[in-house]
Amino acid sequence: MAAGVALLAAAAPALADSKGDAKSQVEFGINVAQRGLWREAIYRWEKAVELDPTYAAAYNDLAIAYEHEGQLDKARKAYEKAIELSPNNEPIRQNYELFKEINDRTTVGKDK
Amino acid sequence: MIGRPLAKTSRLALAAGAALVAAIALACGPDTYEIPIETPIQPKLDVSAFQRVLVAGFVAGGNEDIDANQETVRLLRSQLRTKSSLRVIDADILPLVEVAQDQTAGSAAATDEAAGTHDRAAAAPKPAPPASAGSAADKSAQGLALAKNIKDEKDLEPYERLFANTAYWKRIGEEFQNPLIVTGTVLFANRSTSGIVQRDQEVMDPYGRRRVVPVRTYMERKGFLLRPKFVFIDGRTGATMYSESYREEVLYNAQQNTPALSSYFELMDRLVPNFLSALSSQKIKGTRVLLK
Repeated sequence: MAAGVALLAAAAPALADSKGDAKSQVEFGINVAQRGLWREAIYRWEKAVELDPTYAAAYNDLAIAYEHEGQLDKARKAYEKAIELSPNNEPIRQNYELFKEINDRTTVGKDK
Repeated sequence: MIGRPLAKTSRLALAAGAALVAAIALACGPDTYEIPIETPIQPKLDVSAFQRVLVAGFVAGGNEDIDANQETVRLLRSQLRTKSSLRVIDADILPLVEVAQDQTAGSAAATDEAAGTHDRAAAAPKPAPPASAGSAADKSAQGLALAKNIKDEKDLEPYERLFANTAYWKRIGEEFQNPLIVTGTVLFANRSTSGIVQRDQEVMDPYGRRRVVPVRTYMERKGFLLRPKFVFIDGRTGATMYSESYREEVLYNAQQNTPALSSYFELMDRLVPNFLSALSSQKIKGTRVLLK
């Protein structure tokens, strides 16, 4: 039991660190995306989801960046992951709806 | 006695915490950031084999006030000139309704000719043809009926076979040195409907303030329906590469008098980006919300 507590105690700061690092990466990504540096933003947000795979906002931002770069398959997967992690997040849902509207246009053979 | 100072301390702590949270929120800024994006859309068709495009003409009808064939050709040519890398061929617009009628007359004559040959052959002492041959010819003749005055989608349907006539389109392709050919059908028709609609109405509340409330009312409305089908044909082979259909409509208050031509352009405006995205890469502007 003591060993378990010690392990948790040791892991907690590391977990907090990686979550904090992920947040820093997301913030930096937002900063550079606002300046139009979308490739750099993608790099940061990919890093963020690597550090914290439960970070819905990071997946959302990554999806937007993929969308901007025309990587629509990757964008869809990232949006779906963001919604899976945070199903009631209204901005994420709204972004995804707008994305789907565009994605539908690329479907060949559409007959409305 | 001890409870009161504690409660006071706790309220103070809460107030201080709230102030701190507010200060942090102010210092960090909001957690959402609206950002403009431009999504590049790859063309649905690979048109790299073509340098030029011929918007040939459309089988059009539905409204007598405007010539939907001419207007559609003009609009698409002008859009392609500015928004695609293909060179647009300026050529006379094909009267496809007449072309299809001629083709039908031609094939009917060929059928008659074949039937005549068959009759002559039948007169000779040879084995009789299968009984089903006559009924198949009848069915074919029925299927060839083309309405000269196109009023609705049913009238347009028999014209579809014009786009499957690869020999015809190959000949057109050869005439213009094998371009990409754009053709299809356009139905632009009057539309009227009546029923319950919801609209916003401004009302004054008991305090004299203006409020907007949704009101359901019965309304007669009229407008227009636009139903184009764009067919993309390879001018080298005459074969259809791709086709897509759309449907848009606009309805106005029955008292409102909107010219057909302005409604036509309003509806085409909604469709043109989709049409262009078949041929050339497009950037679609929008906004998204980044989250911290």
